[in-house]
Amino acid sequence: MANIGSYESKLNDFTWEVAEKELDYKSGDIINIGEYCTDRICRMGNKDKPALIWKGHSGEVKKYSFDQMRVLTNTIAHYLVELGLQNGDRICLFMDKVPELYFDFLGILKMGGVAQPLFSAFGPESLITRLGDAETAAIITQKKHLSKVRKIVNDLPSLKHIIVIDHDGRKPLRDRETAFFMEKVEPIENFDIFPSKAETPSVLHYTSGTTGQPKGAQHVHYSLISQYISAKYVLDLKDDDIYWCTADPGWVTGTSYGIIGAWANGVTQCVLDAGFKAQNWYEFIQEQKISVWYSAPTAIRALMKEGDQIIKDYDLSSLRHLCSVGEPLNAEAVIWSEKVFGLPFHDTFWQTETGSIMISNYPGMHVKPGSMGKPFPGITATVVDSKTHEPIDTGVVGLIAIKPGWPAMFRTYWNNKKVYNSKFVNGWYICGDRASIDEEGYYWFVGRDDDVINTGGHLVGPFEIESALLEHEAVAESGVIGKPDPVNMEVVKAFISLKDGFESSDMLNLDIMNFIRKKLSPLAMPQEIEFIDSLPKTRSGKIMRRVLKARETGEDIGDISTLENDL
Amino acid sequence: MSDIKNAILEYIKNEYLEDEDEDEIDFDTPLISGGIVDSFSMVSLKVFLETSYKIQLPDSKATPDAFDSVNNIYKLLKEFNIQ
Repeated sequence: MANIGSYESKLNDFTWEVAEKELDYKSGDIINIGEYCTDRICRMGNKDKPALIWKGHSGEVKKYSFDQMRVLTNTIAHYLVELGLQNGDRICLFMDKVPELYFDFLGILKMGGVAQPLFSAFGPESLITRLGDAETAAIITQKKHLSKVRKIVNDLPSLKHIIVIDHDGRKPLRDRETAFFMEKVEPIENFDIFPSKAETPSVLHYTSGTTGQPKGAQHVHYSLISQYISAKYVLDLKDDDIYWCTADPGWVTGTSYGIIGAWANGVTQCVLDAGFKAQNWYEFIQEQKISVWYSAPTAIRALMKEGDQIIKDYDLSSLRHLCSVGEPLNAEAVIWSEKVFGLPFHDTFWQTETGSIMISNYPGMHVKPGSMGKPFPGITATVVDSKTHEPIDTGVVGLIAIKPGWPAMFRTYWNNKKVYNSKFVNGWYICGDRASIDEEGYYWFVGRDDDVINTGGHLVGPFEIESALLEHEAVAESGVIGKPDPVNMEVVKAFISLKDGFESSDMLNLDIMNFIRKKLSPLAMPQEIEFIDSLPKTRSGKIMRRVLKARETGEDIGDISTLENDL
Repeated sequence: MSDIKNAILEYIKNEYLEDEDEDEIDFDTPLISGGIVDSFSMVSLKVFLETSYKIQLPDSKATPDAFDSVNNIYKLLKEFNIQ
């Protein structure tokens, strides 16, 4: 029997108080995510239960019980306080998927700090944008990523501490840098956890938009309510499950469901800190007897590409429930998973801003391959007209809109209340995604309503890439779009016109690719560059990305009356 | 043979390792499964090989497995008579 029971009956009787009651929380109480994921689980009699089973790329395995995690997160929280960090300080996590990443996250929350996770493949330019905007007080990183931090530290006056988790003493640390080994210092058995309340800031996740630099979506400790109950109902996490969320905590799935949702439910979770290789993934499922698997369409399609034969080499019978997030899951992937695993992947839809799952397919509910599913109980969703923002008829494509007020909803964009306010129209939060609803209430994704590129389940802003491209010595101007891709849904494509004195060549193409990869991130690197003489612009000089996109996809260009130059 | 392998190794060290990364890599070091080259960066490695050796690598050949070490990449290049 699935945790959710009947979806239809849950729709009628669910309120967020159900989750509050299960978590023994009453309005006005102290609520600290760090405490809920560690101390509370221990108090419930699960001290010795494995909390984290971690495997590195070299095959090394580490296991931590809930009690070990409780003490380690106490130790980290204590260390941060001793360092002079205070509640409300933004503390960045910038590292691979090592155990410290997970425990530092909870340690920061325990001492009242705001955890600011950033994807470890980000380059210096991506880092400085996000650390500068958040006026981050400290960054916790690994020595392998230290050089990227050192390149920008002098431009970050607010950054007081650079904490290196694996400094081996071979090279001296510099000003503001300090070494901290969580397992080599005196363990802190008891720590006075910060008495955070529902609206106390907890996590700051940066997300990309069409215009301007990335914005920090600010979440609060009360998000726990949504994350706990959606992990229970959608991921169907049960006491004896072994759960694997493949997302990196540099992104919201990796924190909402790769840390908070699973551990608030007291479930054992596994982490594989290694690059993608189908054999290694199947081997990991077999070794750890994974029962619930939360992954992404890009990874699923990459597994499909490796073929069905390889799956027969592994015993994957432990799997019982599969979910997917990050981008729409195509029908073929659902049908494939039913064929090879005997189980469908259940698509889930949500965003950095929503903090928890909004629309989903549920265990026990009929899955229509290719559909996003139906709204989570407690969530009021609809599709609205893009101009009037009024709900529209069944089957008509419009914008997905959610009635504000669910616990995990972001509370603001850091330093950008104006853009935050603009996301709410006619009493709805407008997601920026287009979809339709069929007669049975299932949602069907159509695409983004803006120029944001969804590549491999991650959003990339074209403006950020175009700005960085202009810093390359050969680039005069550029326009960046998402090009449809069979595995990643979209990949970054850049149209570039060169400055006088530069000529297009394969070497220049490679040089520009690497320039962006190192400056921003591998996700932002154009996988394709087209050199053109001039870019389509409006009379006011704005590059018309939609014209570039239409040209790329062969779609109708639409109204080009504002176009300045010929195509 | 070793010239080609050394050139690829040098490129990987310069392009994909950070300045402070002290881990030594050799011809057998796992690149993709070891997290040194991610799936997005694999595209730039493919373009490097195509540009340097004047070949076209079809997607069916440019797999994570084929790119997982310098030795694997060299094996792939041999299929295109690069040796």
